[in-house]
Amino acid sequence: MSETKSTQVSRPFGLLAEYKNPGKLMRAAKLVNRAGYTKYDAYSPFPIHGMDDAMGLKDSKLGWIVLSHALVGFSGGLFLQIWTSSIAYPINISGKPFINLPAFIPVTFELTILLSAFAAVFGMFFLANMPKHHNPLFNSDNFRKVTDDGFFICIETDDDLYNEAETEKLLMETGAMNVEKIYE
Amino acid sequence: MSNTSGYVKEEPLVQGNHTFGSITALVADIVERPTPMWWYIAFGISNLLMGLLLIMLGYLIWEGTGVWGLNNTVAWGWAIVNFVWWVGIGHAGTLISAILFLFRQGWRTAINRFAEAMTIFAVMCAGIFPAVHVGRIWVIYWVFPLPNQMQMWPNFNSPLLWDVFAVSTYFTVSLLFWYVGLIPDLATLRDRVKSKLAAKLYGVFALGWTGGNRQWQHYEKSYLLLAGLATPLVLSVHTIVSFDFAVSIIPGWHTTIFPPYFVAGAIFSGFAMVMTLMLIARKLYNLEDIMTINHIEKVNIIILLTGNMVGFAYIMEFFIAWYGGVEYEKFAFINRAVGPYAWAYWLMFCCNVFAPQLFWSKKMRRNIVVSFIISIIVNIGMWFERFVITVTSLAQDFIPSSWAYYSPTFVDVLTYVGTFGLFFTHFLLFLRFLPMVAIAEIKMVMPQADPHYYDENGDEPEPEKIAEEASKDKS
Repeated sequence: MSETKSTQVSRPFGLLAEYKNPGKLMRAAKLVNRAGYTKYDAYSPFPIHGMDDAMGLKDSKLGWIVLSHALVGFSGGLFLQIWTSSIAYPINISGKPFINLPAFIPVTFELTILLSAFAAVFGMFFLANMPKHHNPLFNSDNFRKVTDDGFFICIETDDDLYNEAETEKLLMETGAMNVEKIYE
Repeated sequence: MSNTSGYVKEEPLVQGNHTFGSITALVADIVERPTPMWWYIAFGISNLLMGLLLIMLGYLIWEGTGVWGLNNTVAWGWAIVNFVWWVGIGHAGTLISAILFLFRQGWRTAINRFAEAMTIFAVMCAGIFPAVHVGRIWVIYWVFPLPNQMQMWPNFNSPLLWDVFAVSTYFTVSLLFWYVGLIPDLATLRDRVKSKLAAKLYGVFALGWTGGNRQWQHYEKSYLLLAGLATPLVLSVHTIVSFDFAVSIIPGWHTTIFPPYFVAGAIFSGFAMVMTLMLIARKLYNLEDIMTINHIEKVNIIILLTGNMVGFAYIMEFFIAWYGGVEYEKFAFINRAVGPYAWAYWLMFCCNVFAPQLFWSKKMRRNIVVSFIISIIVNIGMWFERFVITVTSLAQDFIPSSWAYYSPTFVDVLTYVGTFGLFFTHFLLFLRFLPMVAIAEIKMVMPQADPHYYDENGDEPEPEKIAEEASKDKS
């Protein structure tokens, strides 16, 4: 086990195991999940399909965030047009009705999409814990490969089952190429 | 997004013997290499043109819209033509990034990043024209849902106001979509560049991306939702642009065919622009393994398809003008074909309907020189389509005494030329500083990205084992 160079004594964050390819990473994630760990993550340069099931993750809740914003956009857009053209300052435009619903469809639609899109992006940031510019994993030089061709699993010390010797043994058994201790 | 359905063997999307590492190097190292000489030359020219645009806009705002070639009946000239043309070009980017994503077309990953960049810059160019054509630009805030000095609100019955909402939403959503796609690749650059300052800057925009599956999970959901939102949005934008014309009662404009016809035309011209840019970029940056000849062929098929849809619309418009029996409508169309603007009409027809017919031949679809030439021809043709629609219907209106021939002034022409400066300045900056191909997505469509590609121990499959399995499938 190689240790990250660190001048001051800091709290350990977790154990980082590297795997050779997505196949091995997926297998290892399944085994770590079966062993009962909960505070771990599988890192890869691209999303690996089937990994959510391997890690036992629930579906993303993002859809609900987007739906709620879509409803706000829809009703807000409709309200804006109805209120301005029938209550705030009704203007007779070539005898058209003040509340001219067919004509209000485009703006209502665009505002629904606009708010949904904001929710889809910023909701994702919220759920994925971003922006978070410092991450203990960035202390590892080896981890820089994760955005190129590196596949990793990190089990965090916060996990109830975490025991340095046993966790390391488990990671080696799952087929890790190397295991590194990460400090905060 | 696996490219093997199991029934039909498809060409691999990435050609050459690439690993994940070599794909990263192929795309990300472009940013790290010294800036090539041609880039400085192209950037210099683009900057000059952008300066020209600023001068022309300054002159316009100082003097008023009288410096344009507008006359008493043609109140919409080049400004609207250019607006529709640029917005239309943008549509291909969203079509590639959203609609082809929903249809699980793996080949889109090679071109989606720069097609989306093209969308954003094209919409920027487009947005200039309606903003300055109002004449009194200092009251442009009247288009926003704010009460003016008389406490009056904008008229929500007006298609021009719908357009404001449609185009600004389109720009915002395209930008968000593009940025979300960029985040993992910005992280790649953050971890890769040697300069400390560059790593910091990329790092800020990468938002602390780690590539953990707990991030990918939400990321992929977000991407899917954005694709689902952008798909109806892109169709709505050109529909609403067509409403600017179709909701009026001008002969030649007041037709129900306009929304689908405009959307098809937008995709047609946008794909032509994607083709032009793709052919240049793949050559200059040696990306032939990612943007393969198969990609070119697929884009050409879409150009052929949408070109025929546009051609069908031209003929259908004519038919309905005759079949509908409205005298003014009939005149408007016959006048297009044989009147003073017949040269523009037939130029449009040849460029948009006849030229793409070459692509029925597989040889032509896979020929780079032919593809490049046709892509330019189509863009010229689509500009003339908007010119024909806008100008012919206005120049010969209901009263013959007010008929006049419309021609642009130098300000019209130079403003249009200047928008190319704006477009290419941004596009060159994008090529220089951002990954022009979606690195993470390209890796996803490689066979090695699928965990099932590996054997039960998670090792690379032996080559003869693959051959064996293939023979088993056949029997």
